[in-house]
Amino acid sequence: MSLSLELPDYREQTPEVAARFARIKQRPVVLELKSLGKQFQTTKGTTTALQNIDFAVRRRELICVIGASGCGKSTLIRIVAGLDFPTSGQVLVDGNPVSAPGPDRGMVFQGYTLFPWLTVKKNVMFGLQMKDYGNGKAESEAKLWVDMVGLTPFLDLYPHQLSGGMKQRVAIARALANQPRVLLMDEPFGALDAQTRCQMQSYLQQIWMNVDITILFITHDLDEAVYLADRIVVLGPNPGHIKEIIEVPLPQPRNAEMLVDQRFIATRKRLDDLIHPPTETATSKLPMLRMTVVGDDVL
Amino acid sequence: MIRTPLSPARAMVLKVCAFLMPLVVWCITSYVPWIWHPAMRITEPGDSGMRVKSYLSLKDFAEFNEALVKDGSKPMAGRRSNPYWFPAPHEVLFAMYTAFTTPPLNKGDPWLHESLAHSIKIIAIGFSLAAILAIPLGLLCGTFDLFSKLNEPFVDFVRYMPAPAFSALLLGIFGFNDQAKIGLITLATFFSMVLVIANTTRTLDPALLEAAQTLGANRKRLLTRVVFPGIVANLYNDLRIMIGASWTALMIAELIGEKTGLSLFISQQAKYFNYANVYAGIILIGLIGLITDQTLQFFGRFLFPWQAKPVDVVSRTVIAAVTFVPRKVLGLVRKPRSSSSERVSDVSVA
Repeated sequence: MSLSLELPDYREQTPEVAARFARIKQRPVVLELKSLGKQFQTTKGTTTALQNIDFAVRRRELICVIGASGCGKSTLIRIVAGLDFPTSGQVLVDGNPVSAPGPDRGMVFQGYTLFPWLTVKKNVMFGLQMKDYGNGKAESEAKLWVDMVGLTPFLDLYPHQLSGGMKQRVAIARALANQPRVLLMDEPFGALDAQTRCQMQSYLQQIWMNVDITILFITHDLDEAVYLADRIVVLGPNPGHIKEIIEVPLPQPRNAEMLVDQRFIATRKRLDDLIHPPTETATSKLPMLRMTVVGDDVL
Repeated sequence: MIRTPLSPARAMVLKVCAFLMPLVVWCITSYVPWIWHPAMRITEPGDSGMRVKSYLSLKDFAEFNEALVKDGSKPMAGRRSNPYWFPAPHEVLFAMYTAFTTPPLNKGDPWLHESLAHSIKIIAIGFSLAAILAIPLGLLCGTFDLFSKLNEPFVDFVRYMPAPAFSALLLGIFGFNDQAKIGLITLATFFSMVLVIANTTRTLDPALLEAAQTLGANRKRLLTRVVFPGIVANLYNDLRIMIGASWTALMIAELIGEKTGLSLFISQQAKYFNYANVYAGIILIGLIGLITDQTLQFFGRFLFPWQAKPVDVVSRTVIAAVTFVPRKVLGLVRKPRSSSSERVSDVSVA
């Protein structure tokens, strides 16, 4: 006996949602990945980490890239950030190819990577100082961004005095202070506990609603992807390729009630099927050892 | 029990005992007459021609006295004591005071405080020179592989050459004066320092460099605004340890060419058989090294407030008072905040 759900098709969109996606398609393309490929030379020969990655991110979109472990998500975002180079294809920001890291693609890492010798304020000022802003101007701008992430009482504290969620918010403020064209986030909430993760997702939503920013977000958490994203790019492994780009059929901004919405569950199920395709091979059943007493009735 | 620390009170008691135990053994051996005392200290020379307060072994004393008595001269009188090279603790203690107040035996010789100042001058110049050269080179070697492969193999090779091997060369180049000694200390310290600093530079988390690059830092700024501040705390620690190493080189440097400094004092006092002064000199060297190291460690905790090590209130106030002027100059003075070691979390923000 299995529980059955009457789920709608995840491709069904209400008129409002469809209209919204139509409006998004009118916006300019901010980030474009053209036939991106990455191959590694190892002792065993050539491994293809990524193959033919092709998609466009429009202005003010929130795109999630999701996939099983080892399908090249981190490689992809590092190539977009300029920390790695592709062996084929191009990354275009506003139509111009980019190959080196720069402030136009701000990045938030999984391990926060705040500068431990600088206070919160000085951390956020870092990017502005790289742009040769004067001290006073950099400071006032940094204070604005720290206020945006809600950490004004903690301006003069050092990173080691902050909790994980706060550190990540400082990292977001630091990246946003440079006013990048696109904000790249590499599993930013992966190192946080579940409750902080929920809080941070709400934070990110608020920031995204209030700031003119485009976000490319890597995650392995299916619920997070469906909750936050406009569109989800699903990657598959061996070699890394795009399996599908799903438009999430829910209006923005999301709220907690949508977590139990039928369409949410349908989209999530689709993601699950894509990432963990149901197989009936022998390996999917564990060998049973006779560890119970005869006559033991568990169920 | 295993790998659990003791309570601070107990730890302090044991630390005191660590110094007390050798002292107690020394006292017992010096003051309890039948434990050792294999020599005779002459109190009355009689007709022997030996000076008062000089030493003879028990056998020699007995033989000499026999010979004197056989001759018909007055025998020596003495009491049992430890050999001339093993003074009692109180003698060493007095010597530590009198060494500074006694004028030198020869008119032109330096006083002890002059020798001490000379030693400190040589090590200060030698070490500073080595540091000024080694820090930039070490930083570059640790950051750029080009520099590393270019410099480190040679530096590694020279590092194994012991510094005293260069002494004859240095005396030839600079002559019999201070420059040779400073050169020796610089040589002895420089090569190890470069390698240590290069390794410390490599410990910097590369993710920090990547983060800085995504914030728009170019190569020069990466070096000055990320690499250097990132490792400066560990650099300070390395320098502190290297001072200890160069201290050893100092002792050798003082003995080449014309003897100067504390080593001069020690070897002169040994020549004159004032072994209490020798011990005093050695202990003085040890104390200076210890005090320098502890002071630097003490200040180090305060210079780098971003490290998550708590500093107690008394230390913090003392250090804050002493370093107020330099910190004001560097713009590091901040309004006082609650204890640095607390972690905050803003549970109230929704």
